[in-house]
Amino acid sequence: MPKFTIPKEEYVCKGHSACPGCGTPLALRYTLKALGKRTVLNIPAGCGGVILGVWPSYALKVPVVDNAFECTAAIADGIRAGFDVLGVKDAYVVGWAGDGGTVDIGLQALSAAVDRNANIIYVMLDNEAYMNTGIQKSGCTPIGAWTTTTPVANGKGWNTSPKKRIMEMLVANGIAYGATVNVAYPEDFIARLREAKDIKGTKFIHALAPCTPGWRIDPRKSIEVARLATQTGIFPLYKVENGKYSLTKEIKNRKPVREYLRLQGRFRHLPEEAINEIQRLVDEEYARLLKKIKETNE
Amino acid sequence: MMEVMTANYAAAYAVKLARVGVIAAYPITPQSSISEKLAEMYVKGELYGKYFLVESEHSAMSMLIGASYAGARTFTATSSHGLALMHEMLFWAVGARRPIVMAVVARALAPPWNIWGDHMDVMSERDTGWMQFFCENNQETLDTILMAYKISEDRSVMLPSMVIEDGFILSHTYEAVDIPDQDDVDDFLPPFDPEWKIDFDDPRRFGGLTMPDWWSEFRYRIALDQEVAKKKIVEVDKEFERRFGRSYGGLVEFYNCDDAEVALVLAGSAVGTAKEVSDKMRERGKKVGVVKLKTFRPFPAEELKKLNDMVPVVGVFDRSYTFGYGGALYSEVRNGIYVPGGGALVKNYVGGMGGKDFTPKNMEFIFEDLLRIKKEGKVDRMVEWINIKDGTGRW
Repeated sequence: MPKFTIPKEEYVCKGHSACPGCGTPLALRYTLKALGKRTVLNIPAGCGGVILGVWPSYALKVPVVDNAFECTAAIADGIRAGFDVLGVKDAYVVGWAGDGGTVDIGLQALSAAVDRNANIIYVMLDNEAYMNTGIQKSGCTPIGAWTTTTPVANGKGWNTSPKKRIMEMLVANGIAYGATVNVAYPEDFIARLREAKDIKGTKFIHALAPCTPGWRIDPRKSIEVARLATQTGIFPLYKVENGKYSLTKEIKNRKPVREYLRLQGRFRHLPEEAINEIQRLVDEEYARLLKKIKETNE
Repeated sequence: MMEVMTANYAAAYAVKLARVGVIAAYPITPQSSISEKLAEMYVKGELYGKYFLVESEHSAMSMLIGASYAGARTFTATSSHGLALMHEMLFWAVGARRPIVMAVVARALAPPWNIWGDHMDVMSERDTGWMQFFCENNQETLDTILMAYKISEDRSVMLPSMVIEDGFILSHTYEAVDIPDQDDVDDFLPPFDPEWKIDFDDPRRFGGLTMPDWWSEFRYRIALDQEVAKKKIVEVDKEFERRFGRSYGGLVEFYNCDDAEVALVLAGSAVGTAKEVSDKMRERGKKVGVVKLKTFRPFPAEELKKLNDMVPVVGVFDRSYTFGYGGALYSEVRNGIYVPGGGALVKNYVGGMGGKDFTPKNMEFIFEDLLRIKKEGKVDRMVEWINIKDGTGRW
């Protein structure tokens, strides 16, 4: 096995306007390190578009096409179609959307792109709410979380719907490749994108990235919190290739979800019984994942 | 080569002749036969480019914006609710300066459900910044699509175009259409070569955040380039005539107007009816003229101002209505030709909406009404709805 290296080239410039501790610039760095210079990103409304800066400057060394909220997969497939017609072969087209722009308003275009098996890489930057507009609940907001549209008062009112199972939807649709990645695990992040980039068809990367103001965390702890998401099994790292599931990060002894929740202000209101319930749901979901791994590899 | 075909097929042949790179389509009545014909051509290997099926008109327009950024010539077609669903991305196409050409088969919007011809859909998009060209017949549909690429892709313009054909009246009616030779079209329409596109060696960002200080400057450029487009449209129409022997007046065509006593301004397939009725009435000594509004955006206000010197009374026929005021063409024409303290009297006629028959008899009624106004010297009613079942349709 050749030694695993992370390219030294930086495609994200200094001077972007992300908050301290934000996971997005890390995710952008890892993605572009894995894919290289001949990559075009298309970015809809969301933090991803704003932190790159204000015209006429921007903080990436690759071309970027900004677009409307719900059309990331369609625009990306359009760019790919244009390249195909014009004979541009050695370029990667990346749709870079947030969780709301993917599992909510962008779901229709994404599902159609998978239906066409569009030859694109779709990265969903998951910070678990509409953070760019000020922390409103999205389809990816976890159970128990406070947001400005799931406010908490008198010991109730937090988000009660489970995170949408976007990977399951896309796998059911027959997506070529899907993987979860976490900014706290850069080697794994880069390895998954390297794996995805030359597979023909639609590739989906579900990237967890903390939002310090939205999650109500100390910016210095954002990587620690992100790592705990995987260590507790709340956000397991796995991939699905041709329908086969496998864990990409083995977690021997899962930590209690309490450790993850208690570091974040957005879960501060949760009573013990709610935390126990979340633990039960996470265990259940984790067991479901292990079962899928077993079943699809038999 | 002459062939008998519908306007929808004529549009498909134009797309083939224009060597479009990326077509994205979603079916909607009465546009569907454009998508179907293109799909058939694609499967037979007759198209230069690629044909993509999308799940909605919103994605169709999105995909074309992406493909255009990559440097490909693009086409889609839509109608009615499909156009309304695209609304958001129509703004993006303009702001991104992507010279997409789209056939719009004009149709009513529900409820009640109505699949027939009407201009409410296209008029609702007049403020997006798209150029809008109306077609009188099937030949004009084919020719206008070819011209639209040349105008849109001109580096001094770089704005998208809608080529509008009336639902069913043209889209499903067979007429003889001359299909130009591919070589002649290639000579007329060079490959798409945008100044700005995705370039990995010179990476740029397209459409990113702009602060208030600069945003209006981008709008201002669009406004200026719509003015540039007016000259370009006339120029391309003249070149087209030189090469193919057909002209559509560029922005406006004045028909039977030289010695006219009254004139009627209108757009789309009803122009043909108006011309025929005008000819017939002239045989009876009634000097009525027709003004064909070929280009609605950019709006040819200067050209229409000439009407003040030509006739004392101008009628405007609308297949749409801006609720609470009058037809869209009416308000535009009236404002466009306005001169302080004088000018022609203007009256609005609304009819033929939602596919309602609009007959030569109706047209004759309008011309007679205009002649009456000329005689009386005043407009008693601002708007008149033609052929309304209950009520007078007058106020």
